[in-house]
Amino acid sequence: MDSNFAIIFSAVFISNIVLSQFLGICSFLGVSKSLRNALGMSAAVAFVMVLASLISWLVYYLFLAPYDLTYLKTIVFILAIASLVQLVEMFIKKMLPALHKSMGVFLPLITTNCAILGVALINIQKNYTLWQSLLNAVSTAVGYTLALVLFSCIRERLEDSDAPECMKNLPLALITASCMSIAIMGFAGIH
Amino acid sequence: MLPEFTKGIIRENPLFVQLLGVCPALATTSSLTNALGMGAAFTAVLIGSNLIISALKKFIPANIRIPAYIVVIASLVTVTEMLMNAYVPAIYESLGIFIPLIVVNCIILGRAEAFASKNGLWLSFQDAVGMGIGFTLALSAIGACREFFGAGTLLGHAVALPGTQPVLLLILPAGAFLTMGLLFGALNYIKARREVNHGQ
Repeated sequence: MDSNFAIIFSAVFISNIVLSQFLGICSFLGVSKSLRNALGMSAAVAFVMVLASLISWLVYYLFLAPYDLTYLKTIVFILAIASLVQLVEMFIKKMLPALHKSMGVFLPLITTNCAILGVALINIQKNYTLWQSLLNAVSTAVGYTLALVLFSCIRERLEDSDAPECMKNLPLALITASCMSIAIMGFAGIH
Repeated sequence: MLPEFTKGIIRENPLFVQLLGVCPALATTSSLTNALGMGAAFTAVLIGSNLIISALKKFIPANIRIPAYIVVIASLVTVTEMLMNAYVPAIYESLGIFIPLIVVNCIILGRAEAFASKNGLWLSFQDAVGMGIGFTLALSAIGACREFFGAGTLLGHAVALPGTQPVLLLILPAGAFLTMGLLFGALNYIKARREVNHGQ
């Protein structure tokens, strides 16, 4: 069993969800053009990721595992996440309109963010307990936020850089992500 | 000749032109074998989902079409996952979590919404096969580059140039971003050159 510290450190740095596991790349490249959007997206992802881990863990161990239906987990998890996102959006719209204004546009995108389903599946794959799953979800969200915020700050500067025309935007962003991934590799081997 | 089939291969290539499906393109291209495995699984799911959604397009109410599509796609992914586990366990192991994650691949949902829900069975089938081949070719191009330069092998056979050392970085996560960035840059360059030539 992994210790709490190992789970946190591995999820934030060593196997960073974006830079070493390639989950959530679409949002990573899509909303990282400004720091403001990056923060909004990170908050929305963190929120949904923790809730989705909780629900998928409960569904898996209370309903699927006892009846030998674990092969249905992909279908059940994606439906649970899609309805969760819908409910969260309705709830926030009603109760916290100010938050909805800043976070709202990102919420529908999250259903198809593979980081959410990815974390739910990783929790099951690694046989985490409920506490470990939640810890993993929180630290993964921290890792996602870290990567997204750092990347958006770099990209704001790249906008003004004098790069060759064909390398502007996406190619340069991917090469920047490659450099960040090399930096993350420095943590490999720490357990 | 069969325009719905050929469009997905180059002109509307899902990865290189539409920029969809970037996550699996980065994660499953550390070798050509993985890239081909992912491409095959993806194509199988896409053909199935396009056919089923095209056949059911009159019965799916417009309001709940997205959840309905997701259920169809998720069921097909589960079937594919079980088949791969049974018949190609080595590829199943190395693709790992990325097989179930085909569910959230935006290309499949995109084709369902943009094409299969509006066209007949035969056209949807052509569209799916074309897009599947296009995506598989794109993945294989990246996978072949990374495996050849990063490990000095192709499909597991040693093909390194004599007297050279493989660049290990390329098969690590950082190499995925780097290869993709350079490939996209090269494609932009070619596109810009062609536009200049056409303009003259």
